Amino acid sequence: MQRIGVFVCWCGSNIAATVDVSAVSEALSHEPGVVFSTNYQYMCSEAGQNLIKDAVREHKLTGVVICSCSPRMHEMTFRKAVASTGLNPYMVEIANIREQCSWIHKDKAAATEKAIILGRAAIAKVHLNAPLTAGQSPVTKRALVIGGGIAGIQTALDIADAGFEVDIVEKQPTIGGKMTQIDKTFPTLDCAACILTPKMVDCAQNEKINIFAYSEVEEVKGFVGNFHVKINKKARYVDTTKCTGCGECTEKCPMKKIPNEFNLGLDNRRAIYIPFAQAVPKVATIDPDHCNMLKNGKCGLCAKVCSAGAIDYKQKDETIEREYGAIVVATGYNPIKLDQYDEFAYSQSPDVVSSLEFERLTNAAGPTGGTLLRPSDGKHPHTLVFVQCVGSRCSQEGKGKSYCSKICCMYTAKHAMLTREKYPDTEVYVFYIDVRSPGKNYDEFYRRAVEDYGVHYVKGMVGKVTPRSDGKLMVQASDLLAGEQMHIEADMVVLAAAIEPDKSARPLATMLTASMDTNDFFTEAHAKLRPVESPTAGIFLSGACQGPKDIPDTVAQAGAAASKVIGLLCKDQLTCNPCVAHADQLMCNGCSSCEKVCPYGAITYEDKEFRMPDRTTAIRRVASVNEAVCQGCGACTVACPSGAMDLKGFSNSQIMAEVDAICKM
Amino acid sequence: MIFSYYPGCTLKNKAQDLDRYARLSAEKLGVALEELEEWQCCGGAFSMGRDEIASKLASVRALNAAKEQGRDLVTLCSACHNVLKQANDAMANDADFSLRANNYMQLAAPYRGETQVIHYLELLRDRVGFEALKKAVVKPLTGRKIAAYYGCLLLRPSKVMGMDNPENPRIMEDFLRAIGAQPVTWAMRNECCGGYAVMEDRGLAAQKSERVMDNARDMGAEAIVTACPLCLYNLKKNTLKEGRLPVLYFTELLAEALGVKD
Repeated sequence: MQRIGVFVCWCGSNIAATVDVSAVSEALSHEPGVVFSTNYQYMCSEAGQNLIKDAVREHKLTGVVICSCSPRMHEMTFRKAVASTGLNPYMVEIANIREQCSWIHKDKAAATEKAIILGRAAIAKVHLNAPLTAGQSPVTKRALVIGGGIAGIQTALDIADAGFEVDIVEKQPTIGGKMTQIDKTFPTLDCAACILTPKMVDCAQNEKINIFAYSEVEEVKGFVGNFHVKINKKARYVDTTKCTGCGECTEKCPMKKIPNEFNLGLDNRRAIYIPFAQAVPKVATIDPDHCNMLKNGKCGLCAKVCSAGAIDYKQKDETIEREYGAIVVATGYNPIKLDQYDEFAYSQSPDVVSSLEFERLTNAAGPTGGTLLRPSDGKHPHTLVFVQCVGSRCSQEGKGKSYCSKICCMYTAKHAMLTREKYPDTEVYVFYIDVRSPGKNYDEFYRRAVEDYGVHYVKGMVGKVTPRSDGKLMVQASDLLAGEQMHIEADMVVLAAAIEPDKSARPLATMLTASMDTNDFFTEAHAKLRPVESPTAGIFLSGACQGPKDIPDTVAQAGAAASKVIGLLCKDQLTCNPCVAHADQLMCNGCSSCEKVCPYGAITYEDKEFRMPDRTTAIRRVASVNEAVCQGCGACTVACPSGAMDLKGFSNSQIMAEVDAICKM
Repeated sequence: MIFSYYPGCTLKNKAQDLDRYARLSAEKLGVALEELEEWQCCGGAFSMGRDEIASKLASVRALNAAKEQGRDLVTLCSACHNVLKQANDAMANDADFSLRANNYMQLAAPYRGETQVIHYLELLRDRVGFEALKKAVVKPLTGRKIAAYYGCLLLRPSKVMGMDNPENPRIMEDFLRAIGAQPVTWAMRNECCGGYAVMEDRGLAAQKSERVMDNARDMGAEAIVTACPLCLYNLKKNTLKEGRLPVLYFTELLAEALGVKD
């Protein structure tokens, strides 16, 4: 018989206001095996923990039940406290009487009754608890960063700085991400390239950092500390060890009319190309969809002009297999497609552009050399209309995004301000639902656009943009403060498109068994307290893959993710969760049901010799669990038809005992 | 291919061309349109009042008649299509409305939105196929620059109508291409003509129609086609005479291209 102590927490008034804690500790003191029962204001405080420790020693407790908040909150706290007395930490059970009781009920009598029942269930379970010992697994001291934008770059640099190896996997031919396409950055207006490209070069030069550009993660296996990853390095048809990035080939290639992704199709590139001058790695890539040589074996001009002999038309995709201790997701975002928003005539007129296209049209390295010219006729625009929240905060099902994209208010203020500064002859209108500028120096920045630069901020939405044959764009909008319809003859309309996670995020989340929200943003382990960790151990989140973010927020989160990774990689061994599955091989009939449902590949089969009646033996195929790989999800225990699979700490008999205690009433 | 057909009352009066050319073209394309025997006026506008059932019963009767014939129901007039489609959606998805309508009508079997309502344009796109239509054309409208005018009723509410993207539709443009014409790109194609306001505020309706007409002309159209008798009326009668483009039913161009226009 266990000697059980019951400790009921008030959690200040969080529990005590709805649950009569004295009545609970009193009622539970009469349960079988309970030798001590008390209640206290804050059980998690030092005094509360001491109360538990003293009681364990004084009453020689063999099991502890704590009626308090969710085990997600303080299970570790109480296990540690109990372990310090010499009792096995897995002899602690928590009855959640806060989240699952006091917070969701109003009637004190009913809540008290429920708290008693939950306490009884925990007592019933602890009677069947057995001491568990956590094993250890080694940590591979290398991190993988998926995505080479500013988020991935910053995370990689910070991890490398602590002395650990980092691999960056980037699907584009160069690292740098969206920030390479941006002209200036709010609220300080420093040039994006000037602050980003040194970091890109740092990555390339850092001997701890290995860049796999033009590569994608193909398969992830293993678990925290021991990930096994397959990376597909796509064929560039250029030997990167020989290519000097001189650009000779990109000038001679006869395929001239391929839309240039870097400038969002506003100009063209060749079939062999270097995305931009500061690309890292600065090597050429052949686009196999447009190269004549690769398509029909005719041309070969780039190979002829390449003095380094770097062109290799026979290059194949290469699979690289690497081990990692931690994985950081930094897959970033994309602006949404605007085909659902043709009321703004995006598909009808080249002078209706997205904000990212506008960045390229004002960037010195862009298609117009930094002079703002209308895409349709190359003329200087005089009247510009900016439309915010295109697709953001949109409740219409299947059309836009319900969330605020967060960055648009500020970059639109930047666009409007810079346009007015560079071209004082322009009239600039910004249509907004709300201007959201909470951030250091952000509201001041937006006020400057309005007050110093004379940008016309109009509260209201644009309803229709009608392109005319003379190239003018007729903008019909409502001014909600004046209660009037507005008609503006504009030369350009700029749409602040909502942002969404990159399309690669969803399949990646499946590979990583990392959770996502309905918008395909990665979910953090705790919205407030663990914002850079995925609930899946060893997976960390950096940048806009977790939610819309501007550059300062992204860099801050990237650093935070790096510090979490460093904390993990510093350890030589990880303590495993001892609550893992276990196969009773005498009961196992080798049906493979458990193996099929195991998401971690933790179950294997072995042929084992068993003693049979009459001194005979038989070889049977039975399941065996790799405890280092098992995450204790319990899927196998449910799938097992013979009841051979059981989860330590959550055995079938323990759970049935809880259910019985609840139903006994 | 045989379909039940709901012409609607305007097609028996003002919009006889819309109906006649549709029937001639369908025959040419091997599509049999069998007019429902006892159809009644759809009411012209779908009442937004959820407790209003009387004005919706005519639609439900037509829908049920098609169900009893076991056929899909083809409509042609934008307003009828809109009303029938919305009434059908309410019968399928609004349990309270469906129960009350069924209680009132005492049908042999309760009607629960089983009938598939398709517009003539959808018939061309999804059943005949624009490729097949292209092959059936004998007098392609080569070089004719036509503005396809959707108006407001044909595509919205888009979730119920389910025909095309309401802000960037292409069904009529694809139709025009199939009969050899050149569709004009213009923004006002899915804006309201002001038709429903014409009795109350003719000036407003005229302003709306004029904006539509102006945009089509400005973008180089030589004619406008529509599926809606109300739009046709407004664009013809409520716009300035000077610069007014011909406004035609899409079925007239279809009949012309198929060589069945008399």
